Amino acid sequence: MRVAVIQFPGSNCDTDCQAALSSFEGVRAEIVWHKETSLAGYDAVVLPGGFSYGDYLRCGSIARFSPIMGAVREVANAGVLVLGICNGFQILCEAGLLPGTLLRNNRLLFRCENLHLRVENSGTPFTSVLHTGQVLEIPIAHGEGNYFADPETLNQMETNGQIVVRYCDASGNVTAEANPNGSLGNIAGICSHGRNVFGLMPHPERACESILGGTDGRGIFQSMIEAVAKLEG
Amino acid sequence: MANPTITPELIEKHGLSPEEYEKVLSILGREPSFEELGVFSVMWSEHCSYKNSRPELRKFPTTGPSVLVKAGEENAGVIDIGDGWAVAFKIESHNHPSAVEPFQGAATGVGGIIRDIFTMGARPVFLMDSLRFGSIEGESDQARTNRRLFAGVVAGIAHYGNCIGLPTIAGEVYFDESYSGNPLVNAFCLGILRHEQIARGAAEGVGNPVFYVGAETGRDGLAGAAFASRELTEESKADRPAVQVGDPFREKLLLEACLELLATDCVAGIQDMGAAGLTCSTCETASRGGTGVEIDIQLVPQRAKGQTPYEVLLSESQERMLVIVKKGQEDTVKQIFEKWDLPYAEIGVVTDDGQMRVRNGNDVVVDVPARALADDGPLYFREAAPFTPPDPLDLASVPQADPLKILPTLLAHPSIASKRWVWRQYDHMVRTGTAVLPGSDAAVFIVREANKILAASTDCNAVYCKLDPSVGSRIAVAECARNLACSGAVPIGVTDNLNFGNPHKPENFHQLRAAVEGISEGCRAFNVPVTGGNVSLYNESPAGTIDPTPTISMVGLIEDASHITTQAFKEAGDQVFLIGEIGSELGGSHYLLAIHGRKEGAPPEMDFGKEKAVHNALLGIIRKGLVRSAHDCSEGGLAVALAESCFGTAFGASIDLGETGQRVDVDLFNESQGRVVISLSPSNRSFVESELTSSGVPFRFIGTVTADPDLSITSGASVFNWPVANLNDTFEKAIPLLMGA
Repeated sequence: MRVAVIQFPGSNCDTDCQAALSSFEGVRAEIVWHKETSLAGYDAVVLPGGFSYGDYLRCGSIARFSPIMGAVREVANAGVLVLGICNGFQILCEAGLLPGTLLRNNRLLFRCENLHLRVENSGTPFTSVLHTGQVLEIPIAHGEGNYFADPETLNQMETNGQIVVRYCDASGNVTAEANPNGSLGNIAGICSHGRNVFGLMPHPERACESILGGTDGRGIFQSMIEAVAKLEG
Repeated sequence: MANPTITPELIEKHGLSPEEYEKVLSILGREPSFEELGVFSVMWSEHCSYKNSRPELRKFPTTGPSVLVKAGEENAGVIDIGDGWAVAFKIESHNHPSAVEPFQGAATGVGGIIRDIFTMGARPVFLMDSLRFGSIEGESDQARTNRRLFAGVVAGIAHYGNCIGLPTIAGEVYFDESYSGNPLVNAFCLGILRHEQIARGAAEGVGNPVFYVGAETGRDGLAGAAFASRELTEESKADRPAVQVGDPFREKLLLEACLELLATDCVAGIQDMGAAGLTCSTCETASRGGTGVEIDIQLVPQRAKGQTPYEVLLSESQERMLVIVKKGQEDTVKQIFEKWDLPYAEIGVVTDDGQMRVRNGNDVVVDVPARALADDGPLYFREAAPFTPPDPLDLASVPQADPLKILPTLLAHPSIASKRWVWRQYDHMVRTGTAVLPGSDAAVFIVREANKILAASTDCNAVYCKLDPSVGSRIAVAECARNLACSGAVPIGVTDNLNFGNPHKPENFHQLRAAVEGISEGCRAFNVPVTGGNVSLYNESPAGTIDPTPTISMVGLIEDASHITTQAFKEAGDQVFLIGEIGSELGGSHYLLAIHGRKEGAPPEMDFGKEKAVHNALLGIIRKGLVRSAHDCSEGGLAVALAESCFGTAFGASIDLGETGQRVDVDLFNESQGRVVISLSPSNRSFVESELTSSGVPFRFIGTVTADPDLSITSGASVFNWPVANLNDTFEKAIPLLMGA
């Protein structure tokens, strides 16, 4: 399968995502420059982390106007799997492909560290090899990851099972102490109503090798790859 | 606007001495233009010319079979790491800018060192930082200012490094009154490249076009190099325009564009515009190429209207490069810059007359011999004051404090306490290679494309250097090497940042000379070349001169992933050994400083023979897979090292030092060198003992890692017991409490 990793000016986790995806058998991950306008031939799309356009103005707010975003919207509407990590998540929110937005961390400082996430819904194409309630250890690295949505949207998302992962402690308890940035409901990642667009602040590509401290990120990519195989099978 | 007339006052304002001005006159054979005066001023500042330090720097060992580009030849040295791969690395200071504008000062320090690395054709892979501030404790105005500087510098480093996508994986932060008003910000970058990718900063090929690429030139950072070569005074705040403003996003584009460009065969030479901006890059490339360069100021992309040629020449606007393009390849170059949306312009041409010639349209405003400007600057042999070694510490004058209280107090001292508050603000994992996170002895980074494992450490105990600059500098090198050994690495090269006071003062010059000699001895002892670095003099504020701080950064190679070792204990029941002696030296120790408020005595002795034997013995058993953890004893001595090995684990340790015949505080907190705490599986104990015995290093069994989460240390008849959780709490919370976050 072919996965497109979009490279915006200022993306800096593009090659990390490419390396992580390429470690799965049968996956060809290709960097796609943001000035391209078509994603034909790709089975899945990843919007990687970084500081697209320097994150000036507001995270993701300029990148959503990049030429490639038309194609991203098109394939997302057609049901192709789209994964946004960190800055990629922010771009998806700015583009309206995911509800809500990401505000400045409540303590105003950038935070990079390993954290725990609890899988809230294993019924998405990005969590299918995991089980609900499972605790993953995956690092974060962001200054603006404080998830916000209005109460009505949040309610709908809860009802629809769109909240995919929440920050928790090592035992899986969703507590205020385990919340690194002030996100509503400790939300770390959400999916679209149709389940095929998934955005999260933590970096699964950084947790794909035991020598780098853990492999809990692999489950997310594995789920995505299996979902694509199923769709095409 | 007409240029001012050249007067003695104007010359003095440009920092040129009457003798230096005479030299300008004899080089030119006429009076310089205003622009030329500015050009000589920045090029002959200490920052660019090393006029006060060069004779000393020649003492460094800079050669070796692995050296591909030597110190001083180019923007950074390059070292072979095998299989056709090489590393380029360097450390550089941004002290003065950070003193007046901490956020941008530190940010552009990071930006500058990254440019030095990719100018060499290397892809930057990680960063480190060595920082010094005045005390951040208490409610004095000075403490508040120091906290503001500390917070601003860390945020500035985070801003630049995180955005450009380079992990900051290691560093050091010390707090001492001598840095009040004059913080130190030394930034390190390492990049990786194939041997054949080494790029040169020479203007080769007469007739080749000269391209400018990157950010537009503005009025920021005017004559920053000259600003950096003066003492800081009350009026320095007015120099804030001398501080540049960084744009890491632009630099990310510039980095990618330059690496893409260098992968083609279009580039004859490349040079970043750092200190002294356009001036330095044009005359240095011409000088290196043995050619001349002619540019037209009017073609330079500019951010502001109405800038004078003087301003454009001396601006230190960031994120700019000068590229000498092979004639006929201009279109390829343009395509790449356009892909990355970077401003660029063809601003000149390589000539054959050896002149750096700057035109403003039809007017020639600068016409000077490039080599004379770049390489024939003044050179001073300063006077060094005679040095009397410090008296050894009189132990009887040190009242014995209660170790039970000392250990937590030391762990809460900001220089020793956890720096998590700092490195949590840095993305230390991007580029997915960080195998050992910040907080252990050395950072370990896997370079996937090269299949190499690198380790890096940066160290300098300036208290030792203040007391005895020679010994302190020797220890800085040894500690770096020891940190690498603890991580399983063999050192391959050193870059140094020499931070000192005004060299016109003989006692300061002695410190510089003694440090260079001490570092040189250390590098010879560990068989590593100095690959380059930076000199920052004039680190003085109205409060006085900083403690001499020759920061050492050392890079090492780890042969095999199984050799990667960290400081944390791994399993209950593991045996704890001390390699080296119990030690007895309290002079210059943090115990003396933090508990007794005394910065005195002779620093610990540095015997390179013993030190090297310890590293070799340690590496020997690491490579045989016998070591579970290794941690060196540094500030705070053995007790602090043991506590740190318990942190981040569920374990405690039960330690018995036996009857040593000396005071308990000496046993626990002395800072004698060449000591490492290791832990190993009980099943390997006899093997390790026989290995260490045959390598001839002193060692002793001192205890066991316990499931009981207490640290217990017995010395003679005294037993001390601390719950690890309490110690860890003290260690982790000290800096966040002071910083209110």
